[in-house]
Amino acid sequence: MKTLLDKETISRTLDRIAHEILEHYKNPSEFALVGIRTRGEFLAKRLQERIEQFSKQKVLLGILDITLYRDDLTQIANQPMLKATEIDFDITGKAIILVDDVLYTGRTVRSALNALIDFGRPTKIELAVIIDRGHRELPIKADYIGKNIPTSKEEKIEVRLKECDTKEEVVLTEK
Amino acid sequence: MTKNFKWNKKDLLGLEYLSAEEITHILDTAESFKEVTTRDIKKVPALRGKTAANLFYEPSTRTRGSFEIAEKRLSCDVVNMDMKASSITKGETLIDTGKNLEALKIDIFVIRHSNPGAPNILARNVSASIINAGDGFHEHPTQALLDLFTIREKLGKIKGKNVSIIGDITHSRVARSNIWGLKKLGANVTICAPKIILPKFAKEFGVKVTDKIDVALKDADAINVLRMQFERDIADAFPSKEEYFNQYGISEERLKKAKKNIVVMHPGPINRGIEMSSEVADGKNSVILEQVTNGIAIRMAVLYLVAGVKNKVSS
Amino acid sequence: MKYLIKNSTVIDPKNNINEVLDVLISNGKIKQIGKNLKALGAKTINAKGMITAPGFVDMHVHFRQPGFEYKETILSGSLSAIKGGVTSVAVMPNTNPVMDTSERVENLQKIIKKDGKINVFVLGCITREQKGENITDFSKLKSVGCVGFTDDGHCVNSAKVMEKAFEKSGKRNLLFISHAEDTSLSAGGVMNEGFIADKLGLKGVSNESEYKIVERDIKLAKKHKARIHIAHVSTKESCELIRKAKKQGVKITAEATPHHFTLTEKECESFNANFKMAPPLRKQKDVDAIKKAIKDGTINCIATDHAPHAVHEKDIEFSNAMNGIIGLETALPLAIENLVDTKHLNMMGLVCVMSYSPAQILGVDKGHLTEGSEADVVVFDPQEKWIYNKEDIVSKSKNSPFIGKELKGKVKYTFVAGKLAS
Repeated sequence: MKTLLDKETISRTLDRIAHEILEHYKNPSEFALVGIRTRGEFLAKRLQERIEQFSKQKVLLGILDITLYRDDLTQIANQPMLKATEIDFDITGKAIILVDDVLYTGRTVRSALNALIDFGRPTKIELAVIIDRGHRELPIKADYIGKNIPTSKEEKIEVRLKECDTKEEVVLTEK
Repeated sequence: MTKNFKWNKKDLLGLEYLSAEEITHILDTAESFKEVTTRDIKKVPALRGKTAANLFYEPSTRTRGSFEIAEKRLSCDVVNMDMKASSITKGETLIDTGKNLEALKIDIFVIRHSNPGAPNILARNVSASIINAGDGFHEHPTQALLDLFTIREKLGKIKGKNVSIIGDITHSRVARSNIWGLKKLGANVTICAPKIILPKFAKEFGVKVTDKIDVALKDADAINVLRMQFERDIADAFPSKEEYFNQYGISEERLKKAKKNIVVMHPGPINRGIEMSSEVADGKNSVILEQVTNGIAIRMAVLYLVAGVKNKVSS
Repeated sequence: MKYLIKNSTVIDPKNNINEVLDVLISNGKIKQIGKNLKALGAKTINAKGMITAPGFVDMHVHFRQPGFEYKETILSGSLSAIKGGVTSVAVMPNTNPVMDTSERVENLQKIIKKDGKINVFVLGCITREQKGENITDFSKLKSVGCVGFTDDGHCVNSAKVMEKAFEKSGKRNLLFISHAEDTSLSAGGVMNEGFIADKLGLKGVSNESEYKIVERDIKLAKKHKARIHIAHVSTKESCELIRKAKKQGVKITAEATPHHFTLTEKECESFNANFKMAPPLRKQKDVDAIKKAIKDGTINCIATDHAPHAVHEKDIEFSNAMNGIIGLETALPLAIENLVDTKHLNMMGLVCVMSYSPAQILGVDKGHLTEGSEADVVVFDPQEKWIYNKEDIVSKSKNSPFIGKELKGKVKYTFVAGKLAS
């Protein structure tokens, strides 16, 4: 097991992404953050806090459960636990920044795009992730990246966050 | 939330056969689907490519409609079949029908039948999932689940709550499924009806049994008022519908003596002025229309869960 | 053909034999029973560890012919009986047409003569068309071979009609078999009355619907000093009534089926109609009472109520399915497991309730191994375990709740009139 990012680095990375987002958009009212459950939700919340702190303006936040849009529902053994999607604002006419922990095959993001489009017609959709580990199976790329980590498929990347895990770190493990 | 719970039943035959954990899991799953039903686009692709057959051997507009909407909102293909219950010894048997439809690669059967146990028999003989949409006087699990969901939504929880089921218990599958579900989730259940429509051994359900409406209403946090089929059930004992309403009907006056926020439910369709007054049906305590809405979320949850069971071993 | 059955335990209640002996069958008769028998040219069967007993007598079977040949026939029923070690049966008259006239019985006798591979005794109806209204001509029916009278499948609901039948019996001591079911109480019922029926939403059949008729028949039989046999006793109350009546000297006998001393109403929870019968499966207390009644002789014999039905009559919705199960091929193992292994009967007692006792009730010279008598013999291994597979069922119908179950006690050889039958 190898630690890729520690607690402080995660924090600094999120600071940087928050600043990058603010560089792109003049006004935080132009966009909304939508975290993909489970860990994307917590990362999106952290980004929201940071952007609000830096800009002194409110940022909209939604949470997306993509289970019903997964393309492997017919292949997995039992239905995954469903959690509610919480997007209580109109996404039409806004830019949406999807937030997730790791970008890998791109299939989760594909599901998220489909799910999101059922909620309305955003002006555009961007993607923010802490780790991009490569091995895309779909033509998808991230707009805001914490760290690029070239991996082999035999390796596993785990993002651990204090909201749902005991530690706060990003580690690389063998499968 | 039921953490890390794995649903593994291919069928939903009745609430008697489910554990408290399984029932809770369905209710939790339905919460997510309730959110889906509030969207502009109420359709999700979860059951894309699956086919459900709604086999109705008994006429039903509401339950069938509710199932059909739930199936379509899950992107499931739907085929509706109005079945004529065949005579005893002639024609295609239930099992024949099931096997023939299975040959059409149906994934889910939703069955309504006048004979108790028909879904159980089908479940044993086909590998597709079977959802009981009401079998005789036996069970009507999705109705009870939506009732449980509504109670939980209104009262915050079910455990420890006093729930009374009022009306024709003997001829009610809704009553039986509700009793199982409520008991398993820890509610205190009272059933109330004139003696002739109370099952003789009802006490063995572990419920309080009374033929006095005031007893059923006192301390009740929720009541579930059943539809009376007056001519069949009690025409002998009550010479008129008015007489039944006088003794057992839920009127505003009676409700005044009950808890202020009592939740009033009815599985529909209501006989206004027989089991319940119009004022009560349309009043502030009534959640009857919310039950109907919740029915979609519950049925979506059940369809979603049973469809996901890969190892199709008969339950 | 001669057969020499060597080294088995020979059990013959009538002659009070219960020891390891050889049995020589020759010219269709029991030639000799003794130690170290030798016989030139005899086919020797080494039956060490097995039991040789009189062929079983089942006084309650439905062979469905004429009228319902798709369920069973005299031939297929006979073969099923042979599989179960049964060499004599009494067939119930609820065929189509029913056995209520001597002409109809004579026609049946012709079929039996042709196809009956075992001893098939005929029971006649008590009332015309089994309608419970007008009694049949018992003398005439008896003259064409009816060994007793019953409306089985239906109850003679009218006390008046039943009383008339008893009156007619007079000094002839006719055998009447009562299907005790007060249909005014049981109408519409499909399983035992109680909480399980209530929770399944099925209509119940009360114990009362049976024992009320048992009570009535006892009273009437007593009054007319007539003979009554209660078919398929299923309730504790009936057992008690019969026990009391016997003490009072009423000429009453009774039978119990293997399913009624083996299974309870709980089985109906599966909605599998192979657990649907009339009378229905009852509670454990009733099962216990029946076993006790067999033990103390209140119930005289075991009868299967072998009731074949086709798939489309049984493998359907519980409420719509027909009543009854096949039983000939499973009676012995069920009795061994539930009566002998539980110490309600010893092996001698079991052989008695399955052969000599029912033969006595029917008044037929069967159910014993007396030297010189017709060689109806069963040889069975009381220990052998086997699975009751659907494919192995000989009966035309497969409506048994015991399919797939492991059973203990297997019939190895059945001789009918000295011939090895199969």
